[in-house]
Amino acid sequence: MKITLGAVVKGGTSLNYKTGSWRDQRPVLNIELCKACGVCESVCPDGAVHLVNEAYRIGYDYCKGCGLCAYECPADAIQMVAEEK
Amino acid sequence: MQETEVLEGSEAVAFAVKACRPQVISAYPISPQTHIVEALARMIADGEMDSEYVRVESEFSAASVISGASAAGSRSYTASSSQGLLLMTEVLYASAGMRLPFVITGVNRAISVPISIQVDHQDTISLRDSGVIQFYVESSQEAYDTHIAAFKIAEDPGILLPVSVCMDGWILTHSYERVSFLEQEEVDRFLPPFKPKNFLDVNDPKSWGSYAEEDVLMEFKYSIHRAMQYGKERIKEIFSELATITGRDHGGLIEAYRTRDAEVILVAMGSMVGTIKEAIDKLRSQGQRVGLIKIRCYRPFPFEDILDNIKVAKVVAVMDANFSMGSEGALGMDLKAKLCGRRGAPLVLECVAGLGGREVNEKRVLEIVERAREVEESGLPLDEPYWAGLRPEILPEGAENDRQGKIG
Amino acid sequence: MIAKEKSGEQELFVSGHRACHGCGMALSVRHILKATGKDVIVVTPTGCLETFTSPYGYSPWRVPWIHHLFENGPSIASGVAAALKAQGRIHVRVLVIGGDGATFDIGFGALSGMLERGDDVLYICVDNGAYMNTGGQRSGASPMYSSTTTDPAGKISPGKSQMKKDLPAIIAAHGAPYVATASVAYLKDLEKKVKKAMEYHGPRYIQIDTPCPSVWGFSPDRTLEIGRLGVQSGLIPIIEMQGGMLTNVLKIKKKIPVEEYLKSQKRFSHLFRDGQHQKEIEKIQALADINIQKYGLLKDVEDKR
Repeated sequence: MKITLGAVVKGGTSLNYKTGSWRDQRPVLNIELCKACGVCESVCPDGAVHLVNEAYRIGYDYCKGCGLCAYECPADAIQMVAEEK
Repeated sequence: MQETEVLEGSEAVAFAVKACRPQVISAYPISPQTHIVEALARMIADGEMDSEYVRVESEFSAASVISGASAAGSRSYTASSSQGLLLMTEVLYASAGMRLPFVITGVNRAISVPISIQVDHQDTISLRDSGVIQFYVESSQEAYDTHIAAFKIAEDPGILLPVSVCMDGWILTHSYERVSFLEQEEVDRFLPPFKPKNFLDVNDPKSWGSYAEEDVLMEFKYSIHRAMQYGKERIKEIFSELATITGRDHGGLIEAYRTRDAEVILVAMGSMVGTIKEAIDKLRSQGQRVGLIKIRCYRPFPFEDILDNIKVAKVVAVMDANFSMGSEGALGMDLKAKLCGRRGAPLVLECVAGLGGREVNEKRVLEIVERAREVEESGLPLDEPYWAGLRPEILPEGAENDRQGKIG
Repeated sequence: MIAKEKSGEQELFVSGHRACHGCGMALSVRHILKATGKDVIVVTPTGCLETFTSPYGYSPWRVPWIHHLFENGPSIASGVAAALKAQGRIHVRVLVIGGDGATFDIGFGALSGMLERGDDVLYICVDNGAYMNTGGQRSGASPMYSSTTTDPAGKISPGKSQMKKDLPAIIAAHGAPYVATASVAYLKDLEKKVKKAMEYHGPRYIQIDTPCPSVWGFSPDRTLEIGRLGVQSGLIPIIEMQGGMLTNVLKIKKKIPVEEYLKSQKRFSHLFRDGQHQKEIEKIQALADINIQKYGLLKDVEDKR
């Protein structure tokens, strides 16, 4: 692809890089325990947690497995499990 | 009908900048640039100009403010000299890489240490690798006209680079000359408002200043060189277009003065050109076939145009008011790099003239022509550049035996 | 997977950026932009934030963004602000989001100039107390007795001997109308402060404590926990100054000794290795106590106004 003038880049293009490949552990949400408080969505540095049809879902395309959602969840509804290779 | 006034060169530049309607001006004071930015400040304070004037705490910030303004889509301007230009260096490289157009007046002044406010070209020459286009002017009129062309050249969609109009400090900025001005409508027609395709826009968010790996960096750098190299024709077109409006043709990238049959051709830039032209006229009246190539556009380097005009010359004497310590003057290096290996290329006499304000008067020019004749006779290049007017008597013991200026 | 955000808001700092796991800065930026909305131009000086958001071709910024150089974040922003004013784009605001290296050190002069001129820029410093992008070298924001790679704890040195530069005080002394500190551990407070700052015009400053798991040396799921410890010890005072007056502080619910904060990170581990650093720990505790007194941080202490 041709280079851009002055190396200017369109905003939002980082979505083309799936940081999910960085994980060695993944958060698993137990929907039974979830109180839909939104803390997990709020504390994810990578914006990998989304509200979908009024429920929170973790998206594994970009989740780096940092564990902040699991640690901060007030309902203990998220567990970190080893990523299967 | 053009208005004509006898005024300080700095004021003429301020009027040129005013006519181009920059939206953002930012500057930090340094002699001999001060009268330009003070004149602009006065006009803004009196409501004669509709620009935002950002009074910064350093030249680094001055260049940065206008870079930010340009990225946001505003026509911008700054000016500096000497130490200030060196302080701006990092910013100018970055903005050239980012392809941000703006105009900067480089009021030429020597570089410390020792500190000096006298003229030479070391300051702007030190920026020659940066990707900033550089013009050097001979007179206040040329300064006025070239600033107006500079905005159009910088903003040209095929160029999009910062442009520096370089003018000798004190000699041009603080002396009084007769200058003719264009009407505002004429400038507006020549230079429409700045409407860049890429700018910081909330409706189309983009990111400037990426980090590039080795698989693309070389291509980005090549693009800058390409824009300058192929911008030469466009630069000439714009100068031509302006000349039609003003009725004053200062030339294209160079001015070839009495070079057609010249055996010895001097190459120089800046205000010393005026003195050189008079010396050439005198020598011509004595039957000597000498001429001058005045470099108007130094970057991009106008090699093709120079080559066209030195076809019959035996010796080209380059007068550099700058020096790369441990090597040679910049103009000399640029020219020799291009001549190397060309069949029938003239010998090059590399001279240092006008460094640190050392006067370039008629006597100095005649001396240089004499030297050129010696070189012509010997058929050999110099061992080392000739420092015209150097005073070995105040140098350490033995300096009079140095090889500077001696034929090989 | 299609994400439907709350109230149809679009995420302005999207996924795919290259921040480390658990990065406090990345998390802060998401919330900063939630608070400002899309009508902002962001300037970022060189640093972690710039590097992890701008590999050529991959930008997470859904607002116009410019990285120019290291030392000129404030002056680029001043230029953008001047251009917006000249163009009459009055609803577009200017932000700088930059690290402590650029803010406390190399860009300090430019920052002072921006403040002195009163330019309409909100400067947000995402502060992790070192030049993290290049591996954790000492900055003027590094805390006392932290070990950094250029001022390391060694056989005869306990790490940085100087205090952290009190930048909020310096900025308040310039007369900035809004100066605040915040922490990534208190995200609602952070968003509130950004919104508040956006109501003002002129130069404004918010300094956000953003713990760095990679270099401070803690597990990446503890970023907010570490932030909370710093605040609850008094070492990281969370305050707000408007018009030069202290108008709000985040009270400490239950004061913890600084040791609890220091023990949680590798960058202070040298203070506990051989039991020879009680003096240093006491000095750090004294700093925390001064903050508590100065700003009235304890819940049961009367506000000093």
